[in-house]
Amino acid sequence: MSFLAELIGATLRNATPLLYGTIGETYSERAGILNLGIEGTMYAGAFFGFAAAATTGSRSMGLLAAIVVGLAAGALMGLLTVTIGTNQHVAGIGTTLGLIGISEYFNRLVFGSGEGLRRIEPYPPWEPFGPDNLFSQYGLTYVGFLAIAPLAWWVLGRTHFGLNVRAVGENPEAADAAGINVARTRYAALMIGGALMAVGGAYFTLAALGSFTLDIIVGRGWVCIALVIFGRWRVWRGVAGALLFAAVYALQLRLRILSEFEAIPFELLLALPYLVVIAALVVSGRNVAYPGAYLKPYRRD
Amino acid sequence: MSNWGRRLRLGTGVVAITFLVTVPFLLLAGVNPFAAYAQFLFDPLTSRFGLLEVGVASIPLLFTGAAVALAFRAGYWNIGAEGQLLLGAVAAAGIGARMEGMAAPMALLLTIGGGALAGAVWALLPALLRVRFHIDEVVTTLLLNPVALLLVEGLLNGPWRDPVTRFPESPRIATGAEMPVIVSGSRLHLGFLLGLVIIVAAGFVLSRTRAGLELRAVGLSPEAARFAGINVARTLVVAALISGAIAGLGGAGEVTGIQYRLTGGLSAGFGYTGIVVATLGGLRMGGVALVALLLGDLTVGASSAGRALGIPSQAGDIVQAAVLLVTVAVVAVNRYGLRRRRPATVGAEP
Repeated sequence: MSFLAELIGATLRNATPLLYGTIGETYSERAGILNLGIEGTMYAGAFFGFAAAATTGSRSMGLLAAIVVGLAAGALMGLLTVTIGTNQHVAGIGTTLGLIGISEYFNRLVFGSGEGLRRIEPYPPWEPFGPDNLFSQYGLTYVGFLAIAPLAWWVLGRTHFGLNVRAVGENPEAADAAGINVARTRYAALMIGGALMAVGGAYFTLAALGSFTLDIIVGRGWVCIALVIFGRWRVWRGVAGALLFAAVYALQLRLRILSEFEAIPFELLLALPYLVVIAALVVSGRNVAYPGAYLKPYRRD
Repeated sequence: MSNWGRRLRLGTGVVAITFLVTVPFLLLAGVNPFAAYAQFLFDPLTSRFGLLEVGVASIPLLFTGAAVALAFRAGYWNIGAEGQLLLGAVAAAGIGARMEGMAAPMALLLTIGGGALAGAVWALLPALLRVRFHIDEVVTTLLLNPVALLLVEGLLNGPWRDPVTRFPESPRIATGAEMPVIVSGSRLHLGFLLGLVIIVAAGFVLSRTRAGLELRAVGLSPEAARFAGINVARTLVVAALISGAIAGLGGAGEVTGIQYRLTGGLSAGFGYTGIVVATLGGLRMGGVALVALLLGDLTVGASSAGRALGIPSQAGDIVQAAVLLVTVAVVAVNRYGLRRRRPATVGAEP
């Protein structure tokens, strides 16, 4: 396989979890809620997806468990920020800390202290054109790019529900006056978003790696938050941002094996994509217009 | 005083709800929740060693709690205390190892001063991006946390790896750069007093000085502060830098007082816990000190519960997150009810 084809293939693989996470966060934020619970939701999706697959022997059960965990995480954010109306930064950080704590707690309880010893047989890639070409990708990658992204774009931009989500995120008073149930719509956006984030996390354990480690997400949730801003709350621009991060990530993976880069510890190259995202924000994230009701709890008069 | 009565009622509610939401996790581990909480909260307080360890565990939280509270009071959402703490640790390990032959107080001062400076430097970029380009500091401070972690791992697996044992540990710092132990026969070091001094100083500056007043004004309403002639951008950058420096000191304290070198597990998420400390402390320095001690107690208690009852020590993390979320929820319900009353002004509510 040519260098370029390998690079594109690796880019699509690495972009997949970010695609799910970024679209999930886009839904939350378009409804007016900053969901900093994303890092923990991806982490819990990775762990509970893995744990369910390992204990039942079925990857589908793993995926289902991740979705349920993601829905629950979204509902928790809804309870805190919609029903109760707490500060969204604190609610999100607390949710992330709680979900990471719960995941690691059950990891010790179920698998003991030997971290990373358990493995499952991960999803094999789909290979419509045989092995070793850039179409050899995991099902979750195909579903993400060919089904979830276009569907998410269509629902948000072209359906009644999507219009409601945008309305409660821009101007909840007007939406309320127009008869839209603000709370229910925000819950729905948060829960859909949470499910997508958790599937993004489960991609690591169920497809890419087949095992769970404590540093499995390392800030990719935070990357998704940045990509949403980079994409200015549009689904496709967020996906483009995910591809950008993943391309730099794939590039540094290639650089590592070159002799010129032998002296550089690989962790420093690993940090490169995060810095590129910050640079991308400087280029494309300046003075952006946030959703009108961003960070504001809605309380009826 | 009805105010105290109200607080007591709220506090009781928080404790009861936190207990209820964490009970299922403890039951799933097959332990009696009451026994578990007795271990978490009271066991460390029953021995001299335990009490001193509570102090040790609270030291990094005093720093990160103060750092986060100060920034939040300015309306600057520094969620990057974790990265700033790690950079402080990196700088302290780097400087401290080169202090051989330097007289003791000077070596320590240079080492922790370097840590504070490194923390401030790590906090500078997000602050500049915020005031120059209106790029949300939440995102940039968060993104720099994994970068700092990767920097630590890169140094430990690369140039700083022990050449003999091949352990991922940096060279030991010079003895002159070590924080003195303040209670003999324990690990409680001078960093504890330094943390308290920082908290008292930050509290004084916030409540008694013009700079503190300006900082709080910016946090309450940047527009009003601007009208009042306050340089909002400068105030935010200064708040971010001081916040970063305090977090960096926290990292330097762990290196010079506990580990004596840079290690991979140096921070158990102290920067993120700092957000919990600051929020539960009501963004007040007295509250920060109190909550740092409480969470220090919980940390020591959770690890002793791990040994005594055989439950994962991460139970402490679950309790910590639960108490944070329950507290902000109870406070918000008490203030606004459940989505019923008028919207309150959105601002720097904790």
